[in-house]
Amino acid sequence: MKNKTSFLPQEGEARPSRCPDNSAFKQQKLPAWKPQLTIAAVLSSFFLTGVFCLSVGVCLIMSANSVREIQIDYSDKCSDCSKLRENSSNWNKECHCSVNFMLKEDILGDVFMYYGLQNFYQNHRRYVISRSDAQLLGRNVNIQKSYCAPFTTYRNGTPMAPCGAIANSMFNDTIDLFYNLNSSVIQVPLLKTGNSWWTDKNVKFRNPKSYNLSSAFAGTARPPYWQKPVYLLDEEDERNNGYVNDDFIIWMRVSAFATFRNLYRRVRRIRQFADGLPAGNYTFHISYNFPVTKFKGRKHVILSTVVWSGGSNPFLGIAYVVSGTAATLTGFVITVIHLKLRKKKTFFQK
Amino acid sequence: MTVPRDMPEKWRRVRGPGGAEEERRVRANAREYNEKFQYASNCIKTSKYNIVTFLPVNLFEQFQEVANTYFLFLLILQLIPQISSLSWFTTIVPLVLVLTITAVKDATDDYFRHKSDNQVNNRQSQVLIGGVLRQEQWMNVRVGDIIKLENNQFVAADLLLLSSSEPHGLCYIETAELDGETNMKVRQAIPVTSELGDTSKLAQFDGEVICEPPNNKLDKFGGMLYWKENKYPLSNQNMLLRGCVLRNTEWCFGLVIFAGPDTKLMQNSGRTKFKRTSIDRLMNTLVLWIFGFLVCMGVILAIGNAIWEHEVGVCFQIYLPWDEGVHSAFFSGFLSFWSYIIILNTVVPISLYVSVEVIRLGHSYFINWDKKMYCAKRRTPAEARTTTLNEELGQVEYIFSDKTGTLTQNIMVFSKCSVNGHSYGDMQDMLGHKVELRERPEPVDFSFNPLADPRFQFWDPSLLEAVNLGDPHVHEFFRLLSLCHTVMSEEKSEGELYYKAQSPDEGALVTAARNFGFVFRSRTPKTITVHELGRAITYQLLAILDFNNIRKRMSVIVRSPEGKIRLYCKGADTILLERLHPINQDLTNVTTDHLNEYAGEGLRTLVLAYKDLEESYYEDWSERLHRAGSAPEAREDRLARLYDEVEHDMMLLGATAIEDKLQHGVPETIAILTLANIKIWVLTGDKQETAVNIGYSCKMLTDDMTEVFVVTGHTVLEVREELRKAREKMMDASRSIGNGFSYQEKLSSSKFTSVLEAIAGEYALVINGHSLAHALEADMEVEFLETACACKAVICCRVTPLQKAQVVELVKKYKKAVTLAIGDGANDVSMIKTAHIGVGISGQEGIQAVLASDYSFSQFKFLQRLLLVHGRWSYLRMCKFLCYFFYKNFAFTMVHFWFGFFCGFSAQTVYDQYFITLYNIVYTSLPVLAMGVFDQDVPEQRSMEYPKLYEPGQLNLLFNKREFFICIAQGIYTSVLMFFIPYGVFADATRDDGAQLADYQSFAVTVATSLVIVVSVQIGLDTGFWTAINHFFIWGSLAAYFAILFAMHSDGLFQLFPNQFRFVGNAQNTLAQPTVWLTIALTTVVCIMPVVAFRFLKLDLKPELSDTVRYTQLVRKKQKTQHRCMRRVGRVGSRRSGYAFSHQEGFGELIMSGKNMRLSSLALSSFATRPSAGWIETLRKKKGSDSSTAASPSGAADKTLKDGRPLSPAAPSGRSSVSIHLHGVQIPHHTRMYYARATAAGGRRGSGGAVTAPCPLAHSSTTCLLFI
Repeated sequence: MKNKTSFLPQEGEARPSRCPDNSAFKQQKLPAWKPQLTIAAVLSSFFLTGVFCLSVGVCLIMSANSVREIQIDYSDKCSDCSKLRENSSNWNKECHCSVNFMLKEDILGDVFMYYGLQNFYQNHRRYVISRSDAQLLGRNVNIQKSYCAPFTTYRNGTPMAPCGAIANSMFNDTIDLFYNLNSSVIQVPLLKTGNSWWTDKNVKFRNPKSYNLSSAFAGTARPPYWQKPVYLLDEEDERNNGYVNDDFIIWMRVSAFATFRNLYRRVRRIRQFADGLPAGNYTFHISYNFPVTKFKGRKHVILSTVVWSGGSNPFLGIAYVVSGTAATLTGFVITVIHLKLRKKKTFFQK
Repeated sequence: MTVPRDMPEKWRRVRGPGGAEEERRVRANAREYNEKFQYASNCIKTSKYNIVTFLPVNLFEQFQEVANTYFLFLLILQLIPQISSLSWFTTIVPLVLVLTITAVKDATDDYFRHKSDNQVNNRQSQVLIGGVLRQEQWMNVRVGDIIKLENNQFVAADLLLLSSSEPHGLCYIETAELDGETNMKVRQAIPVTSELGDTSKLAQFDGEVICEPPNNKLDKFGGMLYWKENKYPLSNQNMLLRGCVLRNTEWCFGLVIFAGPDTKLMQNSGRTKFKRTSIDRLMNTLVLWIFGFLVCMGVILAIGNAIWEHEVGVCFQIYLPWDEGVHSAFFSGFLSFWSYIIILNTVVPISLYVSVEVIRLGHSYFINWDKKMYCAKRRTPAEARTTTLNEELGQVEYIFSDKTGTLTQNIMVFSKCSVNGHSYGDMQDMLGHKVELRERPEPVDFSFNPLADPRFQFWDPSLLEAVNLGDPHVHEFFRLLSLCHTVMSEEKSEGELYYKAQSPDEGALVTAARNFGFVFRSRTPKTITVHELGRAITYQLLAILDFNNIRKRMSVIVRSPEGKIRLYCKGADTILLERLHPINQDLTNVTTDHLNEYAGEGLRTLVLAYKDLEESYYEDWSERLHRAGSAPEAREDRLARLYDEVEHDMMLLGATAIEDKLQHGVPETIAILTLANIKIWVLTGDKQETAVNIGYSCKMLTDDMTEVFVVTGHTVLEVREELRKAREKMMDASRSIGNGFSYQEKLSSSKFTSVLEAIAGEYALVINGHSLAHALEADMEVEFLETACACKAVICCRVTPLQKAQVVELVKKYKKAVTLAIGDGANDVSMIKTAHIGVGISGQEGIQAVLASDYSFSQFKFLQRLLLVHGRWSYLRMCKFLCYFFYKNFAFTMVHFWFGFFCGFSAQTVYDQYFITLYNIVYTSLPVLAMGVFDQDVPEQRSMEYPKLYEPGQLNLLFNKREFFICIAQGIYTSVLMFFIPYGVFADATRDDGAQLADYQSFAVTVATSLVIVVSVQIGLDTGFWTAINHFFIWGSLAAYFAILFAMHSDGLFQLFPNQFRFVGNAQNTLAQPTVWLTIALTTVVCIMPVVAFRFLKLDLKPELSDTVRYTQLVRKKQKTQHRCMRRVGRVGSRRSGYAFSHQEGFGELIMSGKNMRLSSLALSSFATRPSAGWIETLRKKKGSDSSTAASPSGAADKTLKDGRPLSPAAPSGRSSVSIHLHGVQIPHHTRMYYARATAAGGRRGSGGAVTAPCPLAHSSTTCLLFI
């Protein structure tokens, strides 16, 4: 039964407690911005976007065009070596080959040397996970628990250092660049450190702590495909040895696609190379260790400069120009359609 | 008594010990004996869990949900290392989150169930233990106990009635909670036990009952009482069932037969049918499709994987040998299938269901919080009792409404009258709310009359002046009203009169007479005592010429104290005007004009007339009447002829007009809902005339209508014929108006809607209950539906609760439209439960409808706000939410698919696993939730002003399969760009410092960042209503993304878990690259600009209803409504009058026999046999003083006021006032129904007082189209 007095509200009676609050939130009356797709907003956004994209695109294309790049596929040129490497029993046999090329113009500025691989599926799921970051951080961990298999331990139980398919498949060609100046051959000075990310070099990769490197890796063995153990990756430079070896670090940063290039060396700008690579004849001396023919892969060596937008990749510039053009055109189309429609509207309203 | 809404299934299982009970043996007052059988105690338990069982039981229940099991299955897949393409936590975190949210919700629900259980279990009842009555809690009542019930108490368990305060062991119960019937029922104890009146005798009672086991049959009980070596059969007539309320019986004793879960009430309350919205069903279908799509993608990628492994992977084995156990490319493909299922599972978003629930919950709260749906008068806010149906409120096409209590207040108000050719009462404007807005004139002051009913209001002072001036016609008019009726009066204390009218109309008339100084005071079988302007006059009641449906009138023949015999008659104008004396011709014409005017306003009219009878004629007639009354055969006919004879050549006195008060704002609401293309069907148990009358007064029916078809056939053939005719007429009309050919063409498409569209002109259909029964038969239902749907308004009268449900079911079945049923009474429960959405009118006495409903509020007019504002917004928000949700998940997931082609189909993910884990639950969940909860496309007042805005919901335009595919396409488009633009950029690119750019982690960060930005921009584009919360969530999500990104890529976390947080340093290195940002910017531009262009063009070229089209349509509609408004007044009432509509035959005879008069009322009226001498003394004094002060009516008033007796409206409790008619009189069922309604009305009126004060905020929401 209802309280009868409630039907005759009296003065002074307490406000009914069941009455909802009169707050903006509860009454759905919060102040709000109500954006609308007005013709002005839409057209200005399209034209502004168009202008922006076009200008960025043009800038990108221009800067990308200023990049000098030389790419040399040496998988065919070193066919002997590649045949040799197809047989894995020859893993410890050395094989060298040379590739000549000519620079018609100077390459000015910083010159970077890359090795490029094609058809090498670094982004394969099983490949990507096949590592132990804890191990690479110098921790003494049980790598059996990681996804390194089957590159975890040898049959005798000796753990691999570093473990996993990524480390095992590390690119181990040695590429040297020689400048042929007037029949004299000058080795182009190359920097092998400073090529990796600071965080990788200083945070992500640490050698196990010990008085020296070889003892730090005592009790472990090199990965099966390696020719030398990890602590001998760079015998000259203690700070570029073991896990913190730049080549190793760069290799461990797996690429997103099956075709990729990794920074190998930088040209050290001294002497005649202070401004970059002068025009002339050059030779790559390659110690061919990394087999690719088996999986129909290709190997490249690339020399390139960079600009603010990175290396030479015309894609972004073109894409910007295209979308800028499209945006501008759409802007015009919209204008036309809208104008036509507005005429119709007035017609109807009459 | 709250009937648990969802009873756990357990009920059924735990019934009786050791399997099914075959018979029940109960011995009174023998707890030890009864305990042997381990009958269920009276403690009820509707809660599902307790603290210990909550976790396991709840988890078990949750995993019965397909979605949850699916994710559990994924989780298991992820634990298989060969397959696991994602860490286990990417699934478990969202899953745990979802499970937790659901568990918290379940726990809260269960807590409230515990509370309500406790409340019920702790009710007190008096139990006879060891010869004394003891207060015990309900849960401690045992089978075999004898308990005492007092008036108005709930019956605690199923009892065998032993004895009661009433003679013959009778007792009255109300079974509204049980079966929905609001009338009272009589139960009688078997004679041997009815003498056990006091506790000592009852304590000795040791009878044993052997009866049927517990069952759910409410109207059946079979058993035997064995007592003193005798057998007494027991039936349902001897039982009081739990849930009933004892009425009009001071006390009774009962023996507990079934307790707690065994009671019939509990056996009957099954799980309420779980309602799903159409969006739910669509969503489930779509999820299944997506699932199929997922499998397809999995298969494609698995085949790809097999081929790749066969062609490339084999050669690549030197660097990447196959996993152990994988020996063939085919097997690898098989594994890759499962891996891809894991990765791509985010297309079936786990958070979808929980987000939908959260949004609906938010919408429900908005409904609960809505101040404009709060009725201050009844102190009831609107309540969303179900939180899962909100968006369906935006799709309603059919409303099925109850009439009494829903459209009308069931309050009859004497509003106008015509006396001797003069019309009174015109000051009151009948246009409802218009009056409320204006300054109201002061109501007539009745303070001169101490016996006046303070709740009665009248606005025309001229009538009172006429009374005071002694206008004989007016006096005779009110004298008639005070004499010619079958109302019973009860005077609890002096001057406090309560009328118990069998129909509210009659109550209103007698009350009007009372206030104008002609107070019907009391009656005996032979007399009627009336205080005429303060003078007590006792008329001799010679005869009551009772009402029946054919006569449509009733008369009384009275002898005044002066000895004059006069016949007073009131009845339907059509009947009465024919029976007047020819000299009344002029007066008749004037009165007829008045009657037309009243009828035009939707008032119920009656014509009043009198006739003086010669003593001799009366003697003769009375003699004949006596003979006829005792005649063995053809009694009815003979009586009717005699009545006919005397009711002739009468003198016209005037006419009355009674307003069946509509709820506030009903016509406006109906008008707006009609404009919103919602069809309103009224399903009422009332008579056809009443229903049609209300149909007109609430503007469902108008005189503009081309035709109102009335189907009243009694046989299948008649009904079919009437329906066919109606359809033919509609078709003919449309053919003659429109292009016949095109119409035919449309018809041949056999779609109902096309028929609807093709029909020109407005039609209405009125169908009677008995015709409806035929129309609902299988072979005719389609025909009926087609006809009914072609009509603008449908009124079904005299329908049973079951038929109400059938009609709703019919529309549900064939129209594929969303139906809403609204009602207030127990008889609406079936339809409320059947309809997609059930709305209960709360704040009434019965709560049955509210309990069964999904939404409840106290005024019909709130329906427009519920549908047009809340429903529309809910639908819009839900659709926008779903579109965006599917979009964002496809954009997110499909990137993996494209990447599959570049990573050797190896199920490598594109993103960091943490990104995958958090994408749905952190980065993108809140902005879309905020949009889903807060978005508004147009302000609320616009949706009232432009009801057409409601249409997209009905046509399901905002989210359907087409929209879904558009969203999916957009998602896929986004994913393509999201993958291929970074791919193009990264393929050979290097960083600005010469290092490699295209490493996997940088790619992952770039794609993830551009994805988050693109979907954030997209939600920004979708959000039409940026509140602070939206801003906070959208910007917050972006901020959170970057914060989490940098945190996840930080040194600290990496140092702690180097194998988990491999992306160390990635964020700062990658995001420092201008190329990356240019890529992100380009992706965003390319993903968003086409969407902007399409949206704008759509808006510009094909605007949704919201623009030009809507504008022009609205103008047209407005004009139309205005037109209607103007025509309304000048209507000629072909349908006016019907005798007091809810009147029943048979009461005249009852009164004359005195059978229905309680001892107390008889005593009061005869002033003699009242036991209390003091009381008689007072009455006598009063009588004397009244006659002495008769000349000045105000004297009596002074006196009463001096007595200090408050003239308070302390109302009779509606239900307890019923008693008078039920004593030993078998009243036919339909009579009871009306009777109950009348009493309910009395109760409401009693408690409601003069319910004219408008609910605050009431009119602000009724932006009426009628006056634009």
